[in-house]
Amino acid sequence: MGIETASQQVQQWRGAFPLLNQLVNGQPLVYLDNAATTQKPQVVIDRLQRYYAHDNANIHRGVHALSQRATEDYEAAREVVARFLGGVESRQCVFVRGATEAVNLVAQCYLRPKLGEGDVILLTGMEHHANIVPWQLVAEERGARIEVLPVTPEGELDLEALPRMLRDLPVKLMAFVHTSNSLGTINPSAEIIALCREAGVPVLLDAAQAAPHQRLDVPALDPDFLVFSGHKTYGPTGIGVLYAKWQHLSQMPPYQGGGDMILKVSFEQTRFKEPPERFEAGTPHIAGAIGLATALEYFMELDQEALLAHEAAMRQRAEAGLGEIEGLRIIGQAPRKASVVSFVVDDVHPHDIGTFLDQDGIAIRAGHHCTQPLMKHLGLPGTARASFAFYNTMEEVDALVRGVQRIVKFFR
Amino acid sequence: MHELEELYQEIILEHNKRPRNFRSLDDHTAHAEGNNPMCGDEIEVFLKTDGDRIEALTFQGEGCAISKASASLMTEALTGKTVQEAYAEIDRVMQLLKEQGIEPDLARDGDIAALTGVRKFPARIKCATLAWHALHAALKGEGNTSTEE
Ligand SMILES: Cc1ncc(COP(=O)(O)O)c(C=O)c1O
Repeated sequence: MGIETASQQVQQWRGAFPLLNQLVNGQPLVYLDNAATTQKPQVVIDRLQRYYAHDNANIHRGVHALSQRATEDYEAAREVVARFLGGVESRQCVFVRGATEAVNLVAQCYLRPKLGEGDVILLTGMEHHANIVPWQLVAEERGARIEVLPVTPEGELDLEALPRMLRDLPVKLMAFVHTSNSLGTINPSAEIIALCREAGVPVLLDAAQAAPHQRLDVPALDPDFLVFSGHKTYGPTGIGVLYAKWQHLSQMPPYQGGGDMILKVSFEQTRFKEPPERFEAGTPHIAGAIGLATALEYFMELDQEALLAHEAAMRQRAEAGLGEIEGLRIIGQAPRKASVVSFVVDDVHPHDIGTFLDQDGIAIRAGHHCTQPLMKHLGLPGTARASFAFYNTMEEVDALVRGVQRIVKFFR
Repeated sequence: MHELEELYQEIILEHNKRPRNFRSLDDHTAHAEGNNPMCGDEIEVFLKTDGDRIEALTFQGEGCAISKASASLMTEALTGKTVQEAYAEIDRVMQLLKEQGIEPDLARDGDIAALTGVRKFPARIKCATLAWHALHAALKGEGNTSTEE
């Protein structure tokens, strides 16, 4: 695709996101905090509006028309999720609040009953707190411990250490991130999962940062569990997905008790529904699930190749432009990266960079990105992070680079 | 850009570059850590009193220009003050940093007046108050404090 048509394509994508068209601090908004949350296309906003204006009713309980409509739409949303995940069964997809809740659910309902004294939960050095703390809670309770697959100075997982750890340690589960939110590293997840499979270790894959960039081929990756958040994938907040192998899901006890997850309740005994309902106690986020499905359908219709090429081009341009600034270091030099650029500047703290850029209308994230152990390992207080989505433009990349150049001048 | 210049005044930039009393104190009589869990800033304050008067006040840690300059300015302002005076000064500075209505008194507040630029940047007020919270905790004999509260 030529440069001209490529940028026309981006303008067309961009036009679907009304929020982007505004001034912040008197400047056109440059939204480069997509790893924190993505913006929503008009179709998602419209769908939410339509749901509340026309379709709102509780699901699975009413004989009336609206309730049936809401139930159908909610279950149809699950089908869309199953399609987004590469054609898994919809009953394997549980609606949750987000990636965080999905990890907690697996920690509590799958791992906790199996976990004994001295057992190991294997994580990596680049996990988000959401993929650390839930495991710590069950480990502490059960007398188990956390072991960590190290991260190299380039920001890759040290794969050489993995076979030995899987062989020598009593690992009960490995949980790791598909795409790092702080470094952008895309891990060789299929390879890691295959190693775990060989060792008989079940795997949870945190796809929170992978889902916004490509459809996930879950059958090919073959994790036992996979989690992602709707709000990072162009959908509403408060909705996310836990995918799990049926052999696990069907054996797991409920997460929470309540309505919608039971077959029959008496004060003596309650019989639970089969998954996924077993894990969706109470009235779920119906609008959220429907909105997420709309977001995923929208996303799946985009030209995936063009989208990834554009994201890669923005990252490379940002890395090249920022890389020329004296005293600036790009953190995370893995050969395979998503469109995330983390950086530090000598003598200028990431927060100060964040505040300066904000005055230019440029939104980035500054800090530890909920990966404090990784920051400690890298010896950094935090980084400044620009994360690009397909609706960002090359001009925005240039605005970022100019902004950072100005900051560096100011502080030197 | 105007508000930015008010935030990052010369005094702030200078204290950020060359923070005063930026070290630990082996013979401290009290110390406390302040951290801002949102952004990971960590500042440790060391204090030596003769029971009543602050003989030495130092700090260490990692932080942005604002939190570092604020800590540095604090150590300069409060060394030699009595504990009672220090409490009063902490109260006053907290008010000054948080409340739009109060204007700094240049004669009295001196360089600390430079910190009031944060009032236009609500997200950064916690950076400016961090060291003061930590000193308050140290004076009270509490080991840790967090600006998240
Ligand atoms: C890699 C990763 N995992 C998990 C999460 C948690 O997602 P949520 O806060 O939506 O539950 C995030 C969010 O920042 C993330 O980046």
